[in-house]
Amino acid sequence: MRIFDPHIHMTSRTTDDYEAMYAAGVRALVEPSFWLGQPRTSVDSFTDYFDALLGWEPYRAAQFGIQHYCTIALNPKEANDPRCAGVLDVLPRYLAKDRVVAVGEIGYDSMTPEEDVALARQLELAVEHDLPAMVHTPHRDKAVGTRRTLDVVRESGIPPEHVLVDHLNELTVSQVADSGCWMGFSIYPDTKMSEDRMVRILQEHGTERMLVNSAADWGRSDPLKTRKTADAMLAAGFDDDTVDQVMWRNPVAFYGQSGRLDLEDVKPDDTSLYQGNSIKRGGE
Amino acid sequence: MEPHIPTALDRQLTLDAQRWLTDAVARVGQDPAAVRTVFPAVGRHCGRGPLAAGWTVADAARARLVAALPLRGVALAEEVTDLHRYGDAAEQRAVLRSLALLDEADASFADLGLPLVRAALRGNDTDLIEAALGPYAARRLDHDGYRHAVLKCVFCGIPLDRIAGLDERADRELARMLADFAHERVAAGRDVPADIWPVVRAHPGTLEASGLPEETDSPVPERRDAAVRALAAFTATAPAGAA
Repeated sequence: MRIFDPHIHMTSRTTDDYEAMYAAGVRALVEPSFWLGQPRTSVDSFTDYFDALLGWEPYRAAQFGIQHYCTIALNPKEANDPRCAGVLDVLPRYLAKDRVVAVGEIGYDSMTPEEDVALARQLELAVEHDLPAMVHTPHRDKAVGTRRTLDVVRESGIPPEHVLVDHLNELTVSQVADSGCWMGFSIYPDTKMSEDRMVRILQEHGTERMLVNSAADWGRSDPLKTRKTADAMLAAGFDDDTVDQVMWRNPVAFYGQSGRLDLEDVKPDDTSLYQGNSIKRGGE
Repeated sequence: MEPHIPTALDRQLTLDAQRWLTDAVARVGQDPAAVRTVFPAVGRHCGRGPLAAGWTVADAARARLVAALPLRGVALAEEVTDLHRYGDAAEQRAVLRSLALLDEADASFADLGLPLVRAALRGNDTDLIEAALGPYAARRLDHDGYRHAVLKCVFCGIPLDRIAGLDERADRELARMLADFAHERVAAGRDVPADIWPVVRAHPGTLEASGLPEETDSPVPERRDAAVRALAAFTATAPAGAA
């Protein structure tokens, strides 16, 4: 089974996770830029983070046979902090990079006027750079937030097939399905969305434009939720080809619209270096 | 830049790539800020393969973009420094390789690119160190900086024939440093890279002063053997500058 995790924050995961993900079938992933669990206090800390998403992290992933791509953006939460909003001015430099396959995560957190500005501006950037957009929906007041997100997407003029609306559930999936945007689901250990609920959504809404991710980060989360959902699909009677569509072909089709996916197998190579450094410890 | 690089680039680019690059050069000529988004995109549009003399296709295409910047002096250095700051390894390498070109085209650029050379020399990426030690560094680094750059190459295993200006800039102090380095290696029972010997040979007395020859009398067999091997290599080498 081949798996493409379209949303996972690997900078906060260990090499054990990479090993287990490879063993479970993960061969490619997208790491969206987001916040750090505590506030950034300057634009420079964003640019160092973007550099890591484009440098050290793809190197680390490649050591385990996994292709690492990323999305770049000012996240909704920090769009509210005047110390961080200046990052919008340096985004164009990063959106031009080879391994950037979308603008994201953008969207709403608390639906403030500052978030409105950042979302609209970044959808504009996606259009200018001919990139897809990866849009997060708020965890609080989700149904209203999703509706407002879709309104802003529509007003921006970005084609709906260039937009992935993420963190959906039973109550928000229909409006996104009707919009023509792609639908993303984050499968978490206890809350928000489980493998079995995901299977029911796929049974009800079909598998077109559907993406499943683990959204694993530094919180309680599980980088193998993609595989576990695939197993739950098979157990529920979906065939191998449909599982491959959801777990591989759909994310490849969505992010492939960037023109920057190159999914040749990465051969693990423990002799290579990044900036002269390796992931080995001791013995050097 | 070696004069044949632009010709080699034109031969290697596909028609689509040529069109893209011509358009990108024109945009940068009109609006220097355009370089910030076309410079990172070069690999996708022009290719990344080898070209000639250690240059890649992307290096040469990026050099052309930088050369098109309608800026001089401090403003030019700031734009180029930002390309380096926000660049990945391939972009940084191209910036470093372009420095000689900028220096030749604009006398007011002068030493303003040296901080980028020094940043590469502080790092461990041999590709960047090699790119940093082109004609610009050979012209602009001070004596001490140049000598330490050579020593860094020896430590990193970069062949010395890949760095510019060694014949002109190697001096007695560099020969002393390399001879001391050789002694240190021999005292550890290790071999010495052969390409340091021409420099040491060109400055008579530096090897003797390092204390290396006495290692042939060492009671430790590994040191003795390493010293014998090093002296044999030294004797078999023609001094730098000799035809």
